[in-house]
Amino acid sequence: MTARPFHRSQAEMLPERAAPVTTAGPVGWLRANLFSSWSNTAFTLIALYLLWLIVPAIADWAFFNADTAGDDRFACKSSGACWAWVDQRIGQFLYGFYTADQTWRVDLAVILLIPALAPLLFEGVPFARQLRWFSLAYPVVATFLLVGGIGLEGIPTDKFGGFMLNLTVGLAGIVLSLPIGILLALGRRSRLPIIRILCVGFIEIVRGVPLITLLFVSNIILPIFLPPDVTVDSLIRVIVMVTAFASAYMAEVIRGGLQAIPRGQYEAAQALGLRYWPMMFLVVLPQALKISIPGIVNTFIGLFKDTTLVIIIGLFDILGIGNAMVSNPDWLGLATEAYVFIAFFFFIACFSMSRYSIHLEKRLDTERRD
Amino acid sequence: MAQNASVGLTGRPGWQRLWSDERTRGLIYQLLAVLGLALVVAFIVSNTIANLQRAGLASGFGFLFDQAFFDINQKLVEYSSTSTFGRALIVGMLNTVLVSAMGIVAATAIGFFAGVLRLSPNFLLSRIVGAYVEITRNVPLLLQIIFWWVVLSGLPKVRDSLALGDAVFLNNRGVRLPAPLFESGFEWVLAAALAGIAAAVYVARWARRRQQLTGQNFPVVWTGLALIVGLPALVYWIAGSPVAWDIPEPTRFNFRGGFNVTPELVALWIALSTYTGAFISEIVRAGILSVSKGQTEAAGALGLRPGQTMWLVVIPQAMRVVIPPLTSQYLNLTKNSSLAIAIGYQDLVSIGGTILNQSGQALEVVGIWMAVYLGLSLLTSLFMNWYNRRIALVER
Repeated sequence: MTARPFHRSQAEMLPERAAPVTTAGPVGWLRANLFSSWSNTAFTLIALYLLWLIVPAIADWAFFNADTAGDDRFACKSSGACWAWVDQRIGQFLYGFYTADQTWRVDLAVILLIPALAPLLFEGVPFARQLRWFSLAYPVVATFLLVGGIGLEGIPTDKFGGFMLNLTVGLAGIVLSLPIGILLALGRRSRLPIIRILCVGFIEIVRGVPLITLLFVSNIILPIFLPPDVTVDSLIRVIVMVTAFASAYMAEVIRGGLQAIPRGQYEAAQALGLRYWPMMFLVVLPQALKISIPGIVNTFIGLFKDTTLVIIIGLFDILGIGNAMVSNPDWLGLATEAYVFIAFFFFIACFSMSRYSIHLEKRLDTERRD
Repeated sequence: MAQNASVGLTGRPGWQRLWSDERTRGLIYQLLAVLGLALVVAFIVSNTIANLQRAGLASGFGFLFDQAFFDINQKLVEYSSTSTFGRALIVGMLNTVLVSAMGIVAATAIGFFAGVLRLSPNFLLSRIVGAYVEITRNVPLLLQIIFWWVVLSGLPKVRDSLALGDAVFLNNRGVRLPAPLFESGFEWVLAAALAGIAAAVYVARWARRRQQLTGQNFPVVWTGLALIVGLPALVYWIAGSPVAWDIPEPTRFNFRGGFNVTPELVALWIALSTYTGAFISEIVRAGILSVSKGQTEAAGALGLRPGQTMWLVVIPQAMRVVIPPLTSQYLNLTKNSSLAIAIGYQDLVSIGGTILNQSGQALEVVGIWMAVYLGLSLLTSLFMNWYNRRIALVER
């Protein structure tokens, strides 16, 4: 009986195995994300087919087969979009009924918006301290530029229109609805029963009805509520109603943030001898607002989109101008072009707001572990 | 120490002592608030009375019984231009409820579908759904409603309607569908359908209890489908097909038979459901992501298949996160249906506006608007709160 070797050893080399399927690089990425299984591959093929159907058609319509020059719709002969109106109408779409020699005021107000917003939105802006004073003064400066007054030709607010009207109502609503929403949220959680009931009543009634009915109230009911010789500018009425509407939603968003702050924070602030307002502004609200950022920005986006509702009470914002153009004999039937053009403006504005909110959330996230 | 504090307080003049007391201060704030509100209300009421007297308008709801001289083309109940304002408002309210209900069903389906697809491991698929969500969420709803309406009005004229299988016709006046005509014997089908639903619910409950007790599975979905669809179908066959279809026939200028769904309703429905569906998909996505990965892994370790893991483990837990924001999306959809006025769909706001112009009863009409919308909101939230309580986490 021969002694079996204690350990086995391989006499000859094993054949080389094929290299494992790559999981890195473009090929690996394709495998993991597009062709990981039969169903996945099927989905990919369906998606590619859809894209192949849609994307070239849209690109042809919007760019390659489009007409860009001409004085009316009859100049557009190709099968694609007719952008000829843009050149003629862009002024109205942007500035409403401002005369051409006054549009610089809108331009300047928009340009000044950049230094006013920069120190509030981003870190590391040079001269941030000084610029913040300018941010504070910006609403006054912008109102002066747009409406006129000392030294500038006065422009009645019924000349406001186009995208500039959307921006005016939207920015005014955003600036006003945040502080009012904070006050309403604090009021709703107040220990004083009457204050609480008033705030709850306001918030729930406003949130329970559509914005249109509020705009109708400002148009039809307000004249009944006021003495006959008092009239309120229609732009101001719209801003007030849009603000009231947004601040009720804002209050609920912020209330959510306030509820997430542990009791210990309130008690610690009180133990340090802080009274109600210092406690709120120094301890509670900074934390609550940070949690509420996504909701706050969503409310802003909603508010900005809702500025199109002003057409229902007869103001001509960018959508109203578009509707008017579409029914003009020269450009009759160019609805798709007009609405795609308008949608583009809102998409840029709202999409960048939502991206900024994601950025801000990451920047303020102090509990990040990575 | 305590004595010192009280001495400090009593040392101050009386008003300052009062002001330092939190309760007194609160009382004063509240008194001021009530006083301010009372002043505003008094101002408004006195102005209103004076203005109404000057305009010679009688307030009150008597106008609801006056004849409305306008016609409504979209109606769920009997209405003609000889009906009353009150009836017109009911027609409007039903139209609001109709488009909201249709929108809620479609938006929920779109939202859940898109939410799940957005999380698909397939890069292209999730990006395409993402593009849909971002585009619809970041463009004003009013613009989308008008856009769809314009698209639908761009359909061919009645004479060149697009026919789908010789029964459904698409044209710029809307969608012409076959209308069902119920004959005698149909009540049996209806009864069978109700019985089927009741039996399916019973089976589902029984299977659930049995599963909890013994762990044995029962094919609830197939049995339920058989009961809900099969039973009425069987009765329908036995009763001798008691439904005749009134199929639209093209005539020279219009159609004979069938019923017409207006392009306004279709446009509003598409716009509301795709817009709200995008928001719901984000809510569903967040809900699914909120269920921790350990749950999926544990389900896998117990031997559940991926489909079972999704429907028995992940979705029930995700629903707890999903329901509250879903409720507010339903409420938003109902309120947003009031944008119908921009394209002439005759909902509550639109018909109320017509009545307001004809009768001049602004306060009453606006009051009715607010009451109806608040009522609808209340009903929806009551139902969703009941559902939420049912599925809420039962903690030890």
